Amino acid sequence: MSEETMTISLTVNGEAVTRTVPVRQHLVDFIRTELGFTGSHLGCEHGICGACSVRVDGDVVRGCLTLAVQCDGAEIVTIEGVSESGEIADLQEKFVDRNAMQCGFCTPGMLLTAAELLSQKQEMSREEIREFMSGNYCRCTGYHAIVDAIESINNTRLKG
Amino acid sequence: MKAPKFRYVRAESVAEALKLLDEYSEDGRILAGGQSLMPTLNMRLSQPEILIDINRLDDLKGISLDGDTVRIGALTRHVEVMKSDIVREHLPLIAEAIPHVAHVAVRNRGTFGGSVALADPAAEMPACVLALGGTLVLESVDGKREVAADDYFKGLYETERRDNELLIEVRIPSQKKDRVSVFLELARRHGDFAIAGIAAYGSVSGTTVNDMRLVYFGSEDKPTVGANAIAALNGKTWSDETRDAVTAALESDLDPMANLHGSAAMKMHLQKVLTGRALDAAIERAGGAQ
Repeated sequence: MSEETMTISLTVNGEAVTRTVPVRQHLVDFIRTELGFTGSHLGCEHGICGACSVRVDGDVVRGCLTLAVQCDGAEIVTIEGVSESGEIADLQEKFVDRNAMQCGFCTPGMLLTAAELLSQKQEMSREEIREFMSGNYCRCTGYHAIVDAIESINNTRLKG
Repeated sequence: MKAPKFRYVRAESVAEALKLLDEYSEDGRILAGGQSLMPTLNMRLSQPEILIDINRLDDLKGISLDGDTVRIGALTRHVEVMKSDIVREHLPLIAEAIPHVAHVAVRNRGTFGGSVALADPAAEMPACVLALGGTLVLESVDGKREVAADDYFKGLYETERRDNELLIEVRIPSQKKDRVSVFLELARRHGDFAIAGIAAYGSVSGTTVNDMRLVYFGSEDKPTVGANAIAALNGKTWSDETRDAVTAALESDLDPMANLHGSAAMKMHLQKVLTGRALDAAIERAGGAQ
């Protein structure tokens, strides 16, 4: 079978892009190899680890379980986008303060998932934070420091 | 790994999707949320000739109340089910189960209909639909037909759905106010595939149990009604003696599949434990004595 391609137009981190892509290419390969945004990481490539988390039309999704062609017309935001906008600058700073990362491979996915948690503007116990973050693997920290950082910023913002 | 080559069509109407399904039959796959299909493609466990993407078919989205029936469009995403006031009020069993469906990023994308249609043995929604006596509406180029959940689940990923049929919606009777429901599951990590699970729905008066339906998932090849356990339970007062009789009867209902999560014996044990916990909770929720 020959490689079928399709031309798609979408917005990535605020910029309009049009590309012709293989229909079987998933979103994270597209973002990394076609557009050069390498902050979205590819871990397990079957939806378990969460390292590839990206935002599609406002919702965090698994980038490896979404085809690029399905995102024709969509608005994509990656870790580069939220870093640029400053939306979670406080959380990123807190990750550093609390040592909520070591190798950093899971961090972009953790931050984007945590950004969705923060956007709910709800009080959350540590247990609830762990449940919300349960789709993102970290193999270094043991999660404690990650929960610390998210809990701290969620509480600070709610007081804010 | 990377997905194998396939053709891709974004269906613009239900009619177009049905026509393609009819044409390609078993060589075509419906791409709904993709949260189960995409992993099998990336791992090259399946190699369809064509993916028929139904994500833009707005006719298949949404939750509505139609008399005493809740209608859930097949393309309704788990997150929408989770946030639905209709589901919270009329289908508390599903409201209790939905947080157990995978993780936030998967719920944002995965669909209710996809989960029910695929019938993964560890999935929560097929068990709930079966426990609540739901009906699946399937459509092909030949027309629509309704299949009771009781008749839909046949075996490991085997269902009553024909290769040229698309699940359109699921109709679930509103839970009756004088009944209780309980959903419990055990998984290694919150949101992971269930090792054992139970969906229970029925009536409890004081500590007497009636018309209770027990559906088991996670351990079997398909969501399974615990017919013998139910027979040992209904009409009885919930007591240590009843618990022993029900869990003993359960052994003839279930035939757990051993896998990395545990042996058949361990899963049988866990389903018995969950049965006891579910009935304890049902009695408590109905206001009866502990």
